[in-house]
Amino acid sequence: MERSYEKYTPVEVITTLGAEVKEFWFPSVMTPVSMILEVVMEMIIPFLMASIIDKGVTPGNMAHIRHTGIIMIIVAVMGLLFGVMGAHFGAKASAGLARNLRNTMFEKIQAFSFPNLDKYSTAGLVTRLTTDVTNIQNAYQMILRMFMRAPSSIVIAMVMAFSINARLSMIYLVAVIFLAIFIFFLMGRVTDYFAEVFLRYDDLNESVQENVSGIRVVKAFVREEHEKSKFFEAAGNIYRMFVRAEKMIILNMPVMQFTVYTCILLLSWFGAHFIVYGDLTTGELMSLLTYCMNILMSLMMLSMIFVMVSMSAASARRITEVIKETPVIREPENPVYEVKDGSVTFENVSFSYYGKEKDYILSDVNLSIGDGETIGIIGGTGSSKTSLINLISRLYDVTEGSVKVGGVDVRSYDIKTLRKSVAHVLQKNELFSGTILENLRWGNELATEEECAEACRIACAAEFIEKFHDGYETHIEQGGTNLSGGQKQRLCIARAILGKPKILILDDSTSAVDTATDATIRQGFRESLPGMTKFIIAQRISSVMDADRIVVLDEGRISGVGTHEELMENNEIYRDVYESQQSGAGLSDFDD
Amino acid sequence: MAAPGGVKVKDPGKIFKRLMGIVMKRYAVSVVVVVVCIIVGVLASVQGTLFTRTLIDDYILPMVNNNSRDFRPLLGAMTRVAVFYLIGIIASYVHQRLMVEVSQGTLKNLRCELFEKMEKLPLRYFDTHPHGEIMSVYTNDIDTLRQMISQSLPQFLNSIITVVSVLISMLFLNVPLTIITLFMVGISFFASKTATGISGGFFKSQQKALGSINGYIEEMMTGQKVVKVFNHEEAAIEEFKKRNEELFHSSYNANQYSNILGPINAQIGNLSYVVCAIAGGAMAISGFSGLTLGALASFLSFNRSFSMPISQISMQINFVIMALAGGERIFALLDEEPEEDNGYVSLVNAKRNPDGTLSETDERTGLWAWKHVHSADGSIDYVELKGEITLNNVDFAYDGEHFVLHDIALNAESGQKIAFVGSTGAGKTTITNLINRFYDIQDGKIRFDGININKIKKGDLRRSLGMVLQDTSLFTGTIMENIRFGRLDATDEEVIKAAKLVSADSFIRHLPEGYNTVITGNGASLSQGQRQLLSIARAAVADPPALILDEATSSIDTRTEKIIQAGMDSLMKGRTSFVIAHRLSTVRNADCIMVLENGRITERGNHEALIKEKGKYYQLYTGLKAAN
Repeated sequence: MERSYEKYTPVEVITTLGAEVKEFWFPSVMTPVSMILEVVMEMIIPFLMASIIDKGVTPGNMAHIRHTGIIMIIVAVMGLLFGVMGAHFGAKASAGLARNLRNTMFEKIQAFSFPNLDKYSTAGLVTRLTTDVTNIQNAYQMILRMFMRAPSSIVIAMVMAFSINARLSMIYLVAVIFLAIFIFFLMGRVTDYFAEVFLRYDDLNESVQENVSGIRVVKAFVREEHEKSKFFEAAGNIYRMFVRAEKMIILNMPVMQFTVYTCILLLSWFGAHFIVYGDLTTGELMSLLTYCMNILMSLMMLSMIFVMVSMSAASARRITEVIKETPVIREPENPVYEVKDGSVTFENVSFSYYGKEKDYILSDVNLSIGDGETIGIIGGTGSSKTSLINLISRLYDVTEGSVKVGGVDVRSYDIKTLRKSVAHVLQKNELFSGTILENLRWGNELATEEECAEACRIACAAEFIEKFHDGYETHIEQGGTNLSGGQKQRLCIARAILGKPKILILDDSTSAVDTATDATIRQGFRESLPGMTKFIIAQRISSVMDADRIVVLDEGRISGVGTHEELMENNEIYRDVYESQQSGAGLSDFDD
Repeated sequence: MAAPGGVKVKDPGKIFKRLMGIVMKRYAVSVVVVVVCIIVGVLASVQGTLFTRTLIDDYILPMVNNNSRDFRPLLGAMTRVAVFYLIGIIASYVHQRLMVEVSQGTLKNLRCELFEKMEKLPLRYFDTHPHGEIMSVYTNDIDTLRQMISQSLPQFLNSIITVVSVLISMLFLNVPLTIITLFMVGISFFASKTATGISGGFFKSQQKALGSINGYIEEMMTGQKVVKVFNHEEAAIEEFKKRNEELFHSSYNANQYSNILGPINAQIGNLSYVVCAIAGGAMAISGFSGLTLGALASFLSFNRSFSMPISQISMQINFVIMALAGGERIFALLDEEPEEDNGYVSLVNAKRNPDGTLSETDERTGLWAWKHVHSADGSIDYVELKGEITLNNVDFAYDGEHFVLHDIALNAESGQKIAFVGSTGAGKTTITNLINRFYDIQDGKIRFDGININKIKKGDLRRSLGMVLQDTSLFTGTIMENIRFGRLDATDEEVIKAAKLVSADSFIRHLPEGYNTVITGNGASLSQGQRQLLSIARAAVADPPALILDEATSSIDTRTEKIIQAGMDSLMKGRTSFVIAHRLSTVRNADCIMVLENGRITERGNHEALIKEKGKYYQLYTGLKAAN
């Protein structure tokens, strides 16, 4: 899935990134200006040098040498000053761009809806926010500082050279045009090669990643050799592609050297003639040779920039993908800011993750749930239980039909208002690094400690939290790794009910909690949160059998709705599930 | 030795030597040629610079003075220079061309070596090293090495040779001016050291800020869906911006000061040029120390080509130190102790001879034998693989200190189903990890068909045990390839048969491309239950003599589980199986159930016997009844 994004044109990519740098327009302008001024200073020096030799050294005029020398020192100091300015502004503009890119992307991702998030892998998003931004930062700094500097250095050197001797300087003109054409074609090829290299590079890293996390499986099936040969092949491919790309790049150097050496030789040869015929001084010839070196250096710099920019082009494209991604689920124009009650109605609901044409995984669901009802949902693996309840808080939008909460289509609500009223305990839940209290307050920032403790009591989390040395101040590691599965689930439930929602959705949220505790939690719900509409998805019949009504889903369709007794009577699937659990005395784990 | 980032390398010399050793081992000839080419290239360009002096002093000035128009001597000299230039160009191309292969080849070999080593490492290594850290060796550390091998080192060599040859030429031209030049180099060294010091401090705080923001990003991206469900977006953005602002400040300062290095070096270089010009001019006029105009011209171009490599060296030093720090981590991984394997008993396909003895065969007969080669006389025994597994007095601690299993004894007879139940952390998974030697026991004996498992080759031991693990790791590739992971020579039909056996066939057929659907990112697009079905199919296609099922069906709903139960039963039939499950339905029909508590087997027996015993198992069983 990760690679099927929209393709953006270079212009779109540049405008997207350009918008982020607007704030730093001043340093962005000042950097090349400073760099150009630095170059001007640098270029004046050989000119002054020629003057020292011709007007000072040759006629033996020490006063001229001293005078010009002082000017040269002033010029060098000014060069330093402009250099420092360039360093300052360049760093500021590029670090600023990086900051803005990160902020914008992060904000954008926060605005993503679930379908958007499904499109990107977590690792892909992390890379975009870190490595890719750093690449852009470096490339931007390089562009600001060098991209103007190198060509202006070439131009100034040429102007200087022409002002010394226009006829001789024609040599440069020819050389520069020749090199520019060469670099243009070479870099075009190299850019393509590198784009491919980086794609393969991702594959290689993926292979390592999979082997690190799946090492047990590799070892259990004794597939070390198999994986090794796969990796060696991938590494070999990378090697071949890098060699191919670099073989092109290194052509740069000999061609460059050839051109410059030719220039030097031609300059020397014709320069000698000019001097002998009195059209040129030796000092001027030396200056011309110096400019020749300057032009060479700038050209090399320029080709290096091209390589860097082409390498960061991939990063720029990846960043643009995130910034230009439009959230699939959008706020309505005149949103409703109040959820009246916790009733939920599904009207002719059909849903597919892939849009209309593809297979529906929910078809034609009609269901009406009253305020305060407790609904159990049961069904096999892949029967779309989660997909059904994800529609209530608009984590996904229906493909056809409508879902109403409190009598109003969910698509008419202000999304925040809706999600505040519908608390959702996800199947794949996460806790964040921080104290237990901080984690609980995700559900309600303003909750007092007493309210938190009360929520934990209902969710049967209080009993283990209070056993911890630091109680509610206990620090939770990233991903909640220092808690057991059952403990995590109970904390997640507590976090959800803390917001006093009108509707509570538990998506297989007690699977790691033992049956007795599970029953206690449900009893707590009944006693302490009577008015709340509750949806309980579970694999255990015991978790749903005391619900007001139970919905049995089968392959995306409702197979039956009713109480435990009714379903036992007239729903074969339900009876099957019930019996499958009875014969083995149900389920439990042995936690706690 | 410390780079600006606060990077510290313990023994840079040793790491450098070892790196060079690796490069030289394979590319000694190339490296020697490269070094020669670099020297030739430098000399070619130095002779070019020297030619400026010859041009002016020996050809142009005499012609001007004698009013001669004979350019033939000059043409001759220039032809010679041109030839040298040509040699220089060829040398530098050869050098670069060879370096492409040397550097990329070395990186490829290092990558492969790393991977090969990694596959051999014991699980303990993966338990004790964060996965991000291992990944970073392949990406960040290898990348810094590329920079160093392909650019820094040749440039270093080039710079040093240039510096030395330029220095010699300068001394040869004029000693006092050389001293002035060296003095200016000293100043520029001092100035860059100061700037590096300041930027170093900021680089350090940049790394810290980067680490903090990376951690935050990773955590938030992982929990992004939870953030959305709780309307927590704004709080997340606010916290992110705070950290981002810190990063901005340190990154801006760090870059600012390291950017200054360039202009400082360049302008001090220019100053040096100016000072030499003035001093040299004065000397040429006064005739002091015999400096000619041509010599001054040459000297000044040397002066220019002197400051360039010096500032290059100071910039490359940072890269080299960072690369050596990367090298240190690479070698640390390469130096890890691999998983030990002193086994000599191997697993072979066997066929039964008419006389009842066994002999080895290449065909897949379904009959397996342990091939035991006696080292004393070279005679070979074949022991039929029956799947009898016994544990005697087994003690185990992951760290050698805190024992998690005590005095475990059990006897699984051929074809029996043994179940483990107990709370999280009781040691269920650990026992199965000892049987396949993911970890080695501290005390006691584990025997497979009477053979101590330490004597069996690890690969063969594991091949004889089909495993369905708690973590269902899938690999990028098609569904077909993922199931075939269990047995690489399985035909498509065999793969589909295995999928059908465990009822995975129907959901696979509903996927967009059926068995050819490519799964990426550990099968993120599949539900946990579907991944478990694939993982069971993978073990089924392996058709192993014994099975270990660790929570194999925990995410599969009970009804589907019941449907696949028949398949599972036929899979386990005739094979010794170890089953870990928290569903009693799964363990109920086991031949023997072991109840584990705190690393000890507290109860054992079949379901009926344990119920009669009225212990922990009974409590669980009846407790459930009460809850229902």
